[in-house]
Amino acid sequence: MKHRTFFWFFLPTGLAMLLFIALPIVSVVTQSLFTPHEAVLVTVETCTPFKCTQETTIDQDATAAIREAEPLGRFVGLSIYFDRGHLAIAEVSEAWQTRASFGDFFNKLNNLPFYRAMGFTLAFTFIVTPLVILMGLVIALAVNTVHARLKGVVIFFSLLPFVITPLIGALVLFWMIDSRGILGTALQWMAGDPSLSLKASTGLMWISLMIYGVWHAAPFAFVIFYAGLQTLPMDQIEAAQIDGASRFQRLRYVIVPHLMPLVTFVALIQLMDNFRVFEPIVGFNASAHASSLSWAIFNDLGGETQQLSSAAATSVITIIGVAILLSPVLVRTWRDYKGKV
Amino acid sequence: MFLKKFAIAGAMTALMSTSALACEISARVSIVGNEFPAIQSVGAGAQACTGAEVATNLTADHQKINLPGMQGNPAEYTSAIVANSSIVALMNEDVIRPLDDLVAQHGQALKKNQLITIDGKVMAVAFMANAQHLVYRSDVLEKIGVEPPKTYEDMLAAAKMIRDQGIMENPVGGAYAAGWNLAQEFNNMFLGMGGTHFKPGTAEPNINNEAGVKTLEMMKALSEYMNPDFLTHDSNATNAEFRAGNVAIMNMWGSRAATLVSAEGVPQEVVDGFAIAGPMTVGGGNIPASTLWWDGWTVAKNISDAEAEATFIAMMNGIAPSMMADEEIRTQAVWLIDGYEPTEAAVGVFAAAGMDTIPYPMLPYMGLLHTALGNELADFMKGDESAEQALKDVEAAYMAAAKEKGFL
Repeated sequence: MKHRTFFWFFLPTGLAMLLFIALPIVSVVTQSLFTPHEAVLVTVETCTPFKCTQETTIDQDATAAIREAEPLGRFVGLSIYFDRGHLAIAEVSEAWQTRASFGDFFNKLNNLPFYRAMGFTLAFTFIVTPLVILMGLVIALAVNTVHARLKGVVIFFSLLPFVITPLIGALVLFWMIDSRGILGTALQWMAGDPSLSLKASTGLMWISLMIYGVWHAAPFAFVIFYAGLQTLPMDQIEAAQIDGASRFQRLRYVIVPHLMPLVTFVALIQLMDNFRVFEPIVGFNASAHASSLSWAIFNDLGGETQQLSSAAATSVITIIGVAILLSPVLVRTWRDYKGKV
Repeated sequence: MFLKKFAIAGAMTALMSTSALACEISARVSIVGNEFPAIQSVGAGAQACTGAEVATNLTADHQKINLPGMQGNPAEYTSAIVANSSIVALMNEDVIRPLDDLVAQHGQALKKNQLITIDGKVMAVAFMANAQHLVYRSDVLEKIGVEPPKTYEDMLAAAKMIRDQGIMENPVGGAYAAGWNLAQEFNNMFLGMGGTHFKPGTAEPNINNEAGVKTLEMMKALSEYMNPDFLTHDSNATNAEFRAGNVAIMNMWGSRAATLVSAEGVPQEVVDGFAIAGPMTVGGGNIPASTLWWDGWTVAKNISDAEAEATFIAMMNGIAPSMMADEEIRTQAVWLIDGYEPTEAAVGVFAAAGMDTIPYPMLPYMGLLHTALGNELADFMKGDESAEQALKDVEAAYMAAAKEKGFL
């Protein structure tokens, strides 16, 4: 494509990206560097149905004047990034200096909200992503062998978990694994332990969340791989068959290499999605056992007092995290591209 | 349930069209608020007004959306139904207007104690009082031969007897879901232990002390008698456990207790055994381990005066004294509305008020401490860390947030 043609072709997309992606990111970064002004507090008489008391409240007139003068708030540089709610530099270095052992250090690290969230987020990302790819491949291979007449129905049902709104899907599973739900009761019966509860144990809750993650995203991988299977070079398959390749060898040496670019694509999307894991934590009411960066943002904005600067800082950290996670895949794609040119 | 709400709304509309013909408004009204029966009645009353559209958005997530929905100009919501905790967030951001002139013009039906006055300005109109108090199964307590507990220590003893006699495995109920609910249970117990959340006159937290530790120990002891999933149970889930007959004693909101057993499918023994009593004390103190609440409505600042007036008129219609003629509505809450006569469901909240229960603190930084408590206490409740460590974490998390918001 000529550069000129490309420019006009790309212009509308580029503008939309600038407007809806780049500018909001700039605004979020700005927000994370500023915090609200020092509160001007006054003590005034407050009367409620119960009694009148002297209560502290914010002096709105004085605050309005300060806000007028500096609408962005106080510039605090990176201090929000370094506070206890985020990277917790002071707490981490203290934990390191006073550590009794590595285990003790990690325990202390796990007690800080950011590292606790990262712990779950990374475990979720690196366990769920490969499983989704594997499950997607297995389903695609299975569906590919189904009789043509049944294919439509089977594909429809295989896609359902992905079609269902994530929050609804999470809620349905949440109710089923409740100790009084159908799956929860079944598990108690199988384990012979009437007090077994998936929701009461951190480990079991993590497993439930990951099973949900795989259940929800496997159909996505399936659809992509299934489409890829339709383009399989039959001559190569037949040649392999003649050479005496077993079914597994054909899969290992012909089909999987053929699907490799799609695996990269699915891995890319899934790494990004899983790093931003959010809905299952809300749907499973799992905040006692697991949290993620997205959940931390939601929590900062959802409290009775909103913490915009804190949420903005976590958002920027999320963006940086996604970029780091994707870099190996992106580098690989770039090399492939250069190799072809 | 849906049919029932529909019927209530229908009855309300009929009631309003006969008794409150005067409700004519000429500008848009849009209400956001929490979701429980009493507030639904208020919303339905406001919607009975004619002449312009009255929209309601009543949801348990109201506090996540009311502030953003009122910060725009013009604001999406012309009124937010709030409580003593949630009004603070709206006042901190200056999105609600003083109502003095509207009260003078249209507020003749209001009693003086309904006006929430801050620094001499009316900022909200309260319509009901609320508190958490004891809800129990009288049949179960009779079976084990004890009186309804007056203290949490008695509650623990009763719970042990119920479990030991094989009546119920997990007889204690509690809204201990990690987050807002868990923090609220801490607040109740902490005030009952004689604690104060902040060092006097400052925004410095004051919970990592003996009262805090004793509070957590009591909560932990209670949780031993709860459904093992307690960290995921909010008030709705706790009520469901009570309705299903799995719970015999619990600390529950007055506003939810009133209609607890009127749901469909509740077993007859639960309906018959259902009983309400005042809040409990703890640790030998005489202040109940509970907090007093009011619920009321506000009017947005960033709207035209015509919309503000329409909102005020519609909301006044939502809390019209004529509603108190309806037995069903009367049972839903402890109304502050003129003409309200207490029903049996109100004894818990009245007892709470009579026992000098402390109102939930209306401090600008209380919301931050509440959030920190909700996030950091779960580790202790799971048994992963000591009470001292959990309280230290809460204070540290709160300090970081309070520094960011400019309170420290």
